[in-house]
Amino acid sequence: MRDLRRTYVAHTGVLRRSRKLVDAVQGITFDVEAGELFGLLGPNGAGKTTTIKMLITLLLPSGGSARVLGHDVVTDPRAVRRRVGYVFGGDRGLYDRLSAWDNLRYFAELYGVPPREQRARIGELVEKVGLTGRERERVEGFSRGMRQRLHIARGMLHRPDVLFLDEPTIGIDPVGARELRATVAELVAGGTTVVLTTHYMFEADQLCDRIAVIAGGRIVASGTPTELKRLAVGGRVVEIDVFGAADDRLSAVRAVPGVQTVTVEVRGAAQVLAVRTDAADVTPEVLRCLDGLPLGRVANREPTLEDAYIELVGSV
Amino acid sequence: MSLLRLVWVGYVMQVRLRSRSAFDGALSIIWPLFFATTAFLVVRQSGDSDALVATAVGASVMGVWSSTSTTSASSMQQERRLGTLELLVAAPAPFALVMIPLTLAMATIGAYSMAATLIWGRVLFGIDVPIASPAVMAVAVPITVASVGMLGFLLSMASVRYRNAWALGNATEYPIWLICGFLVPLSALPGWVHPISWALAPTWGVEAIRAASTGGSPWPDLARCLALGVAYAAVGAILARVVLRSARQHASLALS
Repeated sequence: MRDLRRTYVAHTGVLRRSRKLVDAVQGITFDVEAGELFGLLGPNGAGKTTTIKMLITLLLPSGGSARVLGHDVVTDPRAVRRRVGYVFGGDRGLYDRLSAWDNLRYFAELYGVPPREQRARIGELVEKVGLTGRERERVEGFSRGMRQRLHIARGMLHRPDVLFLDEPTIGIDPVGARELRATVAELVAGGTTVVLTTHYMFEADQLCDRIAVIAGGRIVASGTPTELKRLAVGGRVVEIDVFGAADDRLSAVRAVPGVQTVTVEVRGAAQVLAVRTDAADVTPEVLRCLDGLPLGRVANREPTLEDAYIELVGSV
Repeated sequence: MSLLRLVWVGYVMQVRLRSRSAFDGALSIIWPLFFATTAFLVVRQSGDSDALVATAVGASVMGVWSSTSTTSASSMQQERRLGTLELLVAAPAPFALVMIPLTLAMATIGAYSMAATLIWGRVLFGIDVPIASPAVMAVAVPITVASVGMLGFLLSMASVRYRNAWALGNATEYPIWLICGFLVPLSALPGWVHPISWALAPTWGVEAIRAASTGGSPWPDLARCLALGVAYAAVGAILARVVLRSARQHASLALS
């Protein structure tokens, strides 16, 4: 993908119509290796889904170029479609009034699965995603987790070389999400290339070989999860549970030499301070700033991907 | 062969999908009955039994068109809402062959109301529609239904490109009843309307069914109906490529 761009045109007004251009993707460049699990991270509206939709030929790029398995997404969309699968999160994307089996049968036909193989392939996938025994039921009675698993089965019907997963675990319970992650890991182990977008940092950390962080339609950083953690944060993080810290106390913490950033998350009555430092241990100085306030847990830890993400996205 | 299979499987799935709601099914049958009843009451005043039979046949085809026109356009919006429109486009199958079964399914469901209208006319108004040649009728009805389905296919292309084009289906429902001579003879319409009527397959389809019922030769009308149906399919297939590219350009495949 080279300098890929996408601009949307939005119209406002009825009598005096005005045209507004929205640059959703502003020159993205990256490569995904065969067999790799590549993650796209970014806040809502960062351009992740737009990028994926251009790669699976649902949107035409406004500029730049992209090739999937050597096929240009603009000039050779049919060839791209034959070899990619697309799964998105949420309740949509299935025919509720049809059974799971009929949904898969219909899409098997649309995706060119040879008729003789369809029955066996659908049976195999139904079993793989844990829907055996429920496949003849209408989808309208399915839970969100079951729908999501059915989505995965649909996306894999034609054995795509590249599978695009757009927030596949959104809204499903932890057990369902874990099973889904296991399925994705299994796919990658089997040689499928996966491009994943997600908001869940631990998911990206656990699954992805490499990650690109997108913000404001641009890639702000890319690398392995470990590289990203180092790139954005470096050093260490001191996490302190404190009660009733006013702004002046927080300013004092920010002013401690070696402190890079301080983020505050309110959890019930407590404030959780995440103090990022440039490697030096500043815990005693920070605690001195909070002297007299009730404290809870004080912990030193390695920076997480979430720390890195917040810093990268926050700096845009 | 595989393309025919694609159309067949798509057709079966779409009929299954769209005939599973009892409310939708009942509505598609009951809705045209109200209009048929009005027509029967008006034409009965003339005392012309031939006109009453012609009206009964025309009213029965009304349901086929109503089902096709309103739902072929709105079904695109429904696919968009379900998030399946993007998946249909993202499939490697030619988009036209994905859409044709959908509108054919609509026309088939509309054919239920065809039977319902004829039974309604017979039971409540004593209109006995003769079938001079059941075999010819068995050919005329499917060809008419299929051609109406192709007209719906052409219409549905606008809905792929424009999110609000579903209104087009409703807008064309009643004019077609009139222009195609379902309820009034074409001779009663102004001369400038005739070329439009001739370009519409339902005009010839309903005439062919009337001929099959009264013992006339339906073949010339049926041939025109079929030719127009094939032409709609061909134009629709070309249009599908253009419309799809435009929809990808303007990002109109999804709701947002």
